[in-house]
Amino acid sequence: MKILIPSALHSYTGGARAEADGATLTEVLADLERRHPGIRFRMIDEQGRIRRHIRFFAGGSQVFDLGQPLDPTDELIIVQALSGG
Amino acid sequence: MAQHTVLLVATRKGAWLFHADAGRQHWRVDGPHFLGHSIHHLVLDPRDGRTLLAAAKTGHLGPTLFRSTDQGRSWQEATRPPAFDPAPAGQPGRTVDHSFWLTPGHACEPGVWYAGTSPQGLFRSEDGGNTWAPASTLNDDPQYRAWMGSAQDGTPDGPKLHSIIVDPRDPAHLYIAMSGGGVHESTDRGHSFRPLVGGLQVVDGFDPTDITFHDPHCVRQCPSQPDRLYQQNHCGIYRIDRPSDTWQRIGRNMPATVGDIGFPMVVHPRDADCAWVFPMDGTDVWPRTSPGGRPAVYGTRDAGASWQRLDQGLPAEQAWWTVKRQAMTADDHDPLGLYFGTCSGELWISRDEGRQWACLARHLPEIYALETARVAA
Repeated sequence: MKILIPSALHSYTGGARAEADGATLTEVLADLERRHPGIRFRMIDEQGRIRRHIRFFAGGSQVFDLGQPLDPTDELIIVQALSGG
Repeated sequence: MAQHTVLLVATRKGAWLFHADAGRQHWRVDGPHFLGHSIHHLVLDPRDGRTLLAAAKTGHLGPTLFRSTDQGRSWQEATRPPAFDPAPAGQPGRTVDHSFWLTPGHACEPGVWYAGTSPQGLFRSEDGGNTWAPASTLNDDPQYRAWMGSAQDGTPDGPKLHSIIVDPRDPAHLYIAMSGGGVHESTDRGHSFRPLVGGLQVVDGFDPTDITFHDPHCVRQCPSQPDRLYQQNHCGIYRIDRPSDTWQRIGRNMPATVGDIGFPMVVHPRDADCAWVFPMDGTDVWPRTSPGGRPAVYGTRDAGASWQRLDQGLPAEQAWWTVKRQAMTADDHDPLGLYFGTCSGELWISRDEGRQWACLARHLPEIYALETARVAA
């Protein structure tokens, strides 16, 4: 599926657009990690939780559960929730 | 091979390398590196003189480490940054918020590094900082976890494991400190630790026998006399001479109007009787700024029996500086150079062991950490 990458992660993907395959968010992120090593840990912590300022959207809805099935025709949008100064 | 001194500056918004000429009069500024990243520590490996490690985090992303083997001309991200082990099913696990402290391993163990994290954890790399693994039972030990407390018990930006010290005589002999959670010693390469808090005071009303209440801010070992350590603690300045297990509060000899509260601790590489601190106001609500708005370094040349105020060249009034625990250091010149960086982004240098100070840079981001190193010219 197509993935929109936030600017803070462009150093891994080389730009705003990336692709990865998988039936769930977990699988898509695993494939994204294979293609762009190091990117997953910046978004998902070592206990398997989505980091505090990272948001995932697919099909117009926020994805809270890494196990949620994804429609491969949707675009996965990764957002860095802004905070601080 | 000709060498020069480089000052490694880690800040809340990136890192800079200040390269000195032979007299430390002129400095070539290289940076910013990692603009926008919080760099908690930037350290050069003294064993090879070229490998740099940077502990990095941005506000939005998880923590990582970057490595350079060409003095910062290019950087590679660590393949496996420090991370706690996954928790057993049904139990809450901890996550590394940021790596806070980096220490190269013993000279006889090239490629070995230690990292201290927030929240408190000790990690070890054996491949020059590329991959990291938990290094100690203290990360998950129930007693140590209790001593570490919760996020509310630590410093404002998270509880930390810091001051990782590797004994130059013995790679298995380590010290670490935790804010909060006390000072600890290991004789098995950090696999296990035991407390070393005898003589240290805690905040009035609390029990000093409870390790939880101990808050060491910075511990330094004297390279010329490794049995001597100095410590700036939340509750004073201390010295210990091993094998004694009792710290002596040498901060009692500081002027009462200044007190002995602060964050950094600096020792002389060749004279174990010399050390320096940067006092801060620890009264009432703990402003943690220079007492009276008159910043000064205080130095001792008799192991803490007496202290001298060193403020020539520093602002005489209305300078409300805060200097963090990693943000003061020394070089190895003779006379020694001293450096400190403020939370307001000023970098100051003394080329004569603190007698005279000059501003080296202004307008940097909040300075987190300073280190010096010798590199090939």
